[in-house]
Amino acid sequence: MTSSPIVARVKQKRIVELVSSGKRLDGRGLTDYREVQLEAGAIERAEGSARLRLGKTEVMVGTKIEVGEPFPDVPNEGVLTVNAELVPLASPTFEPGPPNENAIELARVVDRGIRESKAIELEKLCVKPGKKVFIVFVDVYVLNHDGNLIDASAMAALAALLNTKMSNYELEEEKIKVKPGYTPLPIRNYPIAVTFAKINDKLIVDPWLEEEQVMDARLTITLDKDGKICAIQKGGYGYFTIQQILEATKIAREKSEALRKLVVKG
Amino acid sequence: MPKRKTKRKRLNIPQKKPEKLIDKNDVRIDGRKLNELRPVKIEVGVLGNADGSAYIEQGKNKILAAVYGPKEVHPRHLALPDRAVLRCRYHMAPFSVDERKSPAPSRREVELSKVIRESLEPSVFVEYYPRTSVDVFIEVLQADGGTRCAGITVASLALADAGIPMRDLVVACAAGKVEGRLVLDLIDLEDKAGEADVPLALMPNFDAITLLQMDGSLTIDEFEKVVNLALDGCKQICALQKETLKSKYVAVKEAMEE
Amino acid sequence: MPLFYEKRQLVTPGDLLAEDNYIAGDNTYEDNGKIYASRVGLIDYEVRKVYVVALKAFYVPFVGDTVIGKIVEVGTGGWMVDINAPYLAMLRASDVIDRPFKPRTSDLPSIFDVGDLIIAKIFAYDRTRDPLLTIREPGLGKIMRGQLVEITPTKIPRLIGRKGSMISTIKKETACQVTIGQNGLLLISGKTPEDERLAVMAIHKVEEESHTSGLTDRVTEMLRKEKEGVEHA
Repeated sequence: MTSSPIVARVKQKRIVELVSSGKRLDGRGLTDYREVQLEAGAIERAEGSARLRLGKTEVMVGTKIEVGEPFPDVPNEGVLTVNAELVPLASPTFEPGPPNENAIELARVVDRGIRESKAIELEKLCVKPGKKVFIVFVDVYVLNHDGNLIDASAMAALAALLNTKMSNYELEEEKIKVKPGYTPLPIRNYPIAVTFAKINDKLIVDPWLEEEQVMDARLTITLDKDGKICAIQKGGYGYFTIQQILEATKIAREKSEALRKLVVKG
Repeated sequence: MPKRKTKRKRLNIPQKKPEKLIDKNDVRIDGRKLNELRPVKIEVGVLGNADGSAYIEQGKNKILAAVYGPKEVHPRHLALPDRAVLRCRYHMAPFSVDERKSPAPSRREVELSKVIRESLEPSVFVEYYPRTSVDVFIEVLQADGGTRCAGITVASLALADAGIPMRDLVVACAAGKVEGRLVLDLIDLEDKAGEADVPLALMPNFDAITLLQMDGSLTIDEFEKVVNLALDGCKQICALQKETLKSKYVAVKEAMEE
Repeated sequence: MPLFYEKRQLVTPGDLLAEDNYIAGDNTYEDNGKIYASRVGLIDYEVRKVYVVALKAFYVPFVGDTVIGKIVEVGTGGWMVDINAPYLAMLRASDVIDRPFKPRTSDLPSIFDVGDLIIAKIFAYDRTRDPLLTIREPGLGKIMRGQLVEITPTKIPRLIGRKGSMISTIKKETACQVTIGQNGLLLISGKTPEDERLAVMAIHKVEEESHTSGLTDRVTEMLRKEKEGVEHA
């Protein structure tokens, strides 16, 4: 029974009916998030890491820093690259193989939030302009899929970046020599993604797996620490009216502030 | 990923980037006003083999769309018992951009193929043709910003040209923020150097937004204004879509009446 | 009495055609009491039914239709036939072979092989399976000679004309036999290739100008002119 991704029609009906009357199957309100549990730094081999649970959805993000060449059009900046893997153990619907369109979309939406909010001070990651810069690899590893991978991954990625430490170094004739001690990765913004599902013309926040299987469409709005929108992604086969979109941006502003407090401590 | 195996440099050096993208009279580098669309030219029924096809030129964008189907799905296991499968491939030709793009699908093309499919699907009556596939191919022959929007506009026409029943046409347009001003229909330079880009797709008769993305930085108020700008651009392009669909038949009718 | 267009105006998908108690006919759909077009075409209405004569649509199988098809696959139990529709049709061996049929000893390709054309009738079709064909009625079976022409299926009624007037005109002026498949495929069989060419020309003219009036006369005129031209040459 549990391995099939098809939601029983009776349950589908129940979910839709409840939402129409402002409630959800797990007792949450339409704009309530599931419980967030965050653990940073579990993987010592990574430069930074974070493991986040959003309800039963579980995501682990690890960061690694390497040295490489900058992009020719921005020779003084470090490079950010985000990858996501929907590993088969996370869901009976995930197949082994190279990233499919869902994994790619997930990675790119998380990337957009970090990149467009200029969260990482990439200018500080330049070693030798045009020749050597630091490359920050952010790898999102989904461990259990119970809905809303985007918000969970975005929060975990932010937590992992905040947890990331770079070795101190000095330049000796073009070569990097590592010195003792660490510096945290320079971060100046804290993007948070808020995802909505539309079910029967009602918007709900943080859809869990079965709500996602029943929804018409999905809308993710990422806001930075000043409440500015830095990324938006509509997904799914349905549509939104402009009123629903504007309503969502207002709810997202409020929710992102609350979630940010959970990730950025102090 | 960032380390390239061979050092390559383009032969024809592209023009130097201009200092300012918008001058003090709010005129953009291609001479347009802030809320002005690029010139658009559309044709339908341009390819002989496809069941439906259409071509668009929007500024320097040149994009072709073709539709095959509904037809039996291959491989068979992808068929859905109660509806058609809509498949979409957005692809850029290697010569379409300044620096030659490898023909292999990039991550960007994979993401765009997905969001474009999701923008068209609400308009197609897939439930009429179970166990079949409708394949949409979008080829960007020359790119200058806003290709996913132009691609959606022309793919929707190709679907209509193929005689596939639809709830509505789908039309798309982008708007954004460049050098502090809110602008309509960004070219590539404006998108790269600007503060925000918001592509949007619409089923115009229902005011239903089927594609919405954003990258950059906008306050909530600015975002609302930008979305309204994009919606306005969509309505203008949609009028042209309808005219194009009808023009084939109007021309014959007029010839008769002579 | 909201009906937003006049007869024979061009509409595109999504155009609001009517509201308040109209019935959705061909190539339209109803949503919340309103009728919208679902294909490009000419709007028309009969009493309270609104429909669109589509300018381009592919053939969807309908039980009882006579169709022309091409054998594309010979299987163990029958043949798969391309009838120019989203679905391949099936012609079962048992429909053709009267005796109890043994797959190993019956030589299906000798009856119909890949590439053969047949005229058949659709006797079964529903959403869950491919259409089934039969050739058991008189006039059905393998096509031995003639030219195949394809037109968009929505134009077939126009090609036939009121009480068959258009198609009889073409047949008379070109002295050709024309077998019409509801799936948009037509078989032309004339005394000379030249006669067949004229018939093909006329058919394409009807397809292109189907939405105009006075077509029968113009087709007749065109055919007469062509025949004169040929005689002089």
